[in-house]
Amino acid sequence: MAEADTGTAGKKEIPILPFLRLGEKAGDAAYLFGSKCTSCGATYLGSRMACSKCCSTDPMEDIRLSDHGELHVFSIVHQSAPGIPTPYVAAIVDLPEGVSVRCNIEGVEPDPKNLKFGMPVEMYTEKVHTDSDGNDIIAFKFRPVNGK
Amino acid sequence: MRDVAIVGVSMIKFGRYPEKQVHELGAQAALLALKDAGVTMKDIEIMTSGNLYQASAMVGQRILREIGQTGIPVINVANACATGSTAFREAYMSIGSGAYDTALAVGSEQMGKMGLLGGGGGGGGGGISPEGIVGSGLMPAVFGQAGAEHMRKYGTTQEHFAKIAVKNHKHSIHNPYAQYQVEMSLEDVMNARVIAWPNTLYMCCPTGDGAAAAVLMSMEKAKQYTTTPIKVAASVLTSDPWSQRDLTLPDVNTLTRNAAKEAYETAGIEPDDLDLVELHDCFATAELLHYENLGLCGEGEAGRMIDEGETTIGGRIPVAPSGGLLSKGHPLGATGVANICEVVWHLRGQAGDRQVEGAKVGLAHVIGLGSACTINVMQK
Repeated sequence: MAEADTGTAGKKEIPILPFLRLGEKAGDAAYLFGSKCTSCGATYLGSRMACSKCCSTDPMEDIRLSDHGELHVFSIVHQSAPGIPTPYVAAIVDLPEGVSVRCNIEGVEPDPKNLKFGMPVEMYTEKVHTDSDGNDIIAFKFRPVNGK
Repeated sequence: MRDVAIVGVSMIKFGRYPEKQVHELGAQAALLALKDAGVTMKDIEIMTSGNLYQASAMVGQRILREIGQTGIPVINVANACATGSTAFREAYMSIGSGAYDTALAVGSEQMGKMGLLGGGGGGGGGGISPEGIVGSGLMPAVFGQAGAEHMRKYGTTQEHFAKIAVKNHKHSIHNPYAQYQVEMSLEDVMNARVIAWPNTLYMCCPTGDGAAAAVLMSMEKAKQYTTTPIKVAASVLTSDPWSQRDLTLPDVNTLTRNAAKEAYETAGIEPDDLDLVELHDCFATAELLHYENLGLCGEGEAGRMIDEGETTIGGRIPVAPSGGLLSKGHPLGATGVANICEVVWHLRGQAGDRQVEGAKVGLAHVIGLGSACTINVMQK
């Protein structure tokens, strides 16, 4: 087999999940994308074919979700699937738009005493993987506000 | 719906059977249930078979090849952890509707040492799984977080959850069908390695292999076969209704509450009328939540309930006299039928040293994440 193309010309940034929107040009902030039912106001992470709360099939409104929220609950995962570093904080964060998001909490030692239900957290993104084509896979994570 | 009765039940000891195929486990349980009912395959008019991990492999028909190919309709059922209990309910519906008089429900599973299970869905970009990078969809984290919600709301402690595990492991020592029969202290449970806080190793159910079966008949027909038919007073199945966080943290509470309400109404009973409960204690945290979901106590009282020993055999309302999923094991397709089997044994007074004395009404509850909830109420 010929040597693989190692050039970076076609290298892209790919979000790890479809509801993470990366900025189109350098300097644009990444954000979580959601949708809102125009009939009942229910909000969703990502897009929906119809509203699963009220069953309306009217078109949904696109919304840009806040990058700040509060820690609803968490677990400290000590045993996981092969290859996943442990321990880490697996959490559910509530965003002000009424959407909850599953995420890791970073920037804090994974111990229950360092985390408080309801504490403010903020989103950031980082590269977590390079795929076989050399593209960067970008994930979102949350961390306590003030780095604490 | 006309009255439906359970005439025969059985389960094989849960554990690991690497030398067997899954349909052999199911066939073994089916033969025992037929014998318990005093019938043969020739009497069975319809069969339902619950199996999750071989859902595409016609497990029901494979069981019949071992025990009797009479050409009857076979329904293969998959519904996550509620697979077996959903198969049971399909058998119940077949008879209750008047379409059939005699049905066989079998639940079987072979998981071996499968490890941690996930709720499925949510593939990532670039061929990389988001698991462990964007939170966790694996069951230990999900049920850790579900327990944490109760801690947040009511100040419940890790020790409360640990006491659930202590109780269930203690119950298991009298259940010869349990995968593990090991009594342990609160210190043993609390000091075990953490799997996903607040659950430690002994607060998580094992994976394994097993099978269970039940023979159901119309009440009218059942009386020709037994003097102790066990009436299925309610058989309810719900899915998760919309709730805000259900989309990220599976809501195991609302669909259980909905199912419980419907089951109590259908059976014409109140939670106080129950003599025993087998519920879905896949993790110790889950059992505590379901005390409130099933109305066994008031809101926020589940911690007090375990503190005061109300759910121990001999207590106000024994929960998981079998040892629960925590000790008995949780071969997914078999679990729901095995819970019903346990309740039937108690109502018949056949539960040996773990017998809940004088039991007349029992409830079996199962949750399959994703989500499906079944509640079956059995009455003497």
